[in-house]
Amino acid sequence: MKVLVPVKRVVDYNVKVRVKSDGTGVDIANVKMSMNPFDEIALEEATRLKEAGKVTEVVAVSCGVTQCQETLRTGMAIGADRGILVETSAELEPLAVAKLLKALADKEQPQLIILGKQAIDDDSNQTGQMLAALLGWPQATFASKVVLEDGKVTVTREVDGGLETLALTLPAIVTTDLRLNEPRYVTLPNIMKAKKKPLDVTKPEDLGVDVTPRLKTLKVAEPAKRSAGITVPDVATLVAKLRTEAKVI
Amino acid sequence: MVALVIAEHDNASLKGSTLHTVTAAAQCGGDVHVLVAGSNAGAAVAAAAQIAGVSKVIVADAPYFAEGLAENVAEQVLAIAGGYSHILAPATAYGKNILPRVAAKLDVAQISEITKVESADTFERPIYAGNAIATVQSTDAVKVITVRATGFDAAAATGGSAATETAAAVADNGKSAFVGREVAKSDRPELTAAKIIVSGGRGMGSGEAFKILEPLADKLNAAMGASRAAVDAGYVPNDWQVGQTGKIVAPNLYVAVGISGAIQHLAGMKDSKTIVAINKDPEAPIFSVADYGIVGDLFEIVPQLVAELG
Repeated sequence: MKVLVPVKRVVDYNVKVRVKSDGTGVDIANVKMSMNPFDEIALEEATRLKEAGKVTEVVAVSCGVTQCQETLRTGMAIGADRGILVETSAELEPLAVAKLLKALADKEQPQLIILGKQAIDDDSNQTGQMLAALLGWPQATFASKVVLEDGKVTVTREVDGGLETLALTLPAIVTTDLRLNEPRYVTLPNIMKAKKKPLDVTKPEDLGVDVTPRLKTLKVAEPAKRSAGITVPDVATLVAKLRTEAKVI
Repeated sequence: MVALVIAEHDNASLKGSTLHTVTAAAQCGGDVHVLVAGSNAGAAVAAAAQIAGVSKVIVADAPYFAEGLAENVAEQVLAIAGGYSHILAPATAYGKNILPRVAAKLDVAQISEITKVESADTFERPIYAGNAIATVQSTDAVKVITVRATGFDAAAATGGSAATETAAAVADNGKSAFVGREVAKSDRPELTAAKIIVSGGRGMGSGEAFKILEPLADKLNAAMGASRAAVDAGYVPNDWQVGQTGKIVAPNLYVAVGISGAIQHLAGMKDSKTIVAINKDPEAPIFSVADYGIVGDLFEIVPQLVAELG
């Protein structure tokens, strides 16, 4: 069984982004880029399924600029067998990515596609669900446990107030939540091995997908700043302030 | 222009998130209809019909809507989507699961987690975990939107008298089956709906230590939350998590105990009306957003606070 894992190159989660002074976006020049953390969890899960003998091939896919090849190499160092880059310098919205991935899924015929639940740059949380709809597949989002057996996948999901378990027929879409697993550290020998793995490059035009954005970003601004308050000396003062000044208790 | 709101409910009652979504829908400028797709959801339908500002409630009732499976609910939304200018759902686990399927099938973008409606086609939404706010304009004919509850007041739950209409239920998709649900039982208010929240962080030191917060939460009738660090350390369950990767909350009072204030946590609570921080490290970033801070040992301060509240 083949598993497809889409990975996105994003600003590293440790970087505090700055809004550009002209309000056109955030400044990502010379900023450290990494694989979206949720996608790393997706790759780890696919790799573990392969190590458990339930999956025969893991294919990492990325959509974006040439440098996404680095992200794919990291993916192959984690455990993907090969990589595919849909190369474009265009701004990609989740709908466009879902269409590109659908075209690749039609070609590759995976039984399972595992994606991160959201990317930490645009925080959209859409691509997996959109891809499921376009393919006509069932979905289990926000997974904290994935069990693959007998032609179906049973997934425990993180929902408001607790956990929910669904059973999906294959082929299916799973999106990962944080607690699904802890991705392994990539070792130097695996980085070296990853350099020799095949990486194909294609373009949106080759897949017949129009990636024109549907949303116009009019402005990007800093959030309203919250000013620091005061330090109170003791609990009695705190309670008095909460009662008389903030009036919240 | 008419906006359609996908109601989040458990068949017996509407979730509070639905009321906030109705407010956002009304701000889009036209009439507001509500879809209740459920199973024996009469009580939820009755509640939806009473929301102020809702002119019509559409009911789709079938056993396979009982658990809110995304495949079936999205198909039902698509079946009635014709004629709507806006389709909105709460940006909760429920709405986020369903709505992108609808957008993809309509071949339109989804605008996720809006916090403000500027006009019928222009919206504000946070990106980079709330470190930037983007104003986006949709060029699509239909605007498909998830709504962050903390950005909008709740619509009045009573005072409306909407007409109710039944829609033919779509067929069961059949590719996804509900197996079970483990819902944490608690007498406390739900985290996202609570007026007051008491949260603990890594500074608590253990799951056992969270017991010290219980009398405080009892006194304040507060929900209990936690930072991701506390969840990752295994002190408390994940559904307590407040932050970018957990729940986004904006209560009247947020008491952060032993929480340093990582960006990812601040992203989930910085819109709270009043923030109190209790931490032994005076340099902790949480103090830069707190209205009132106390520097000291939480194991001494919390019991004092309980006593002071009487």
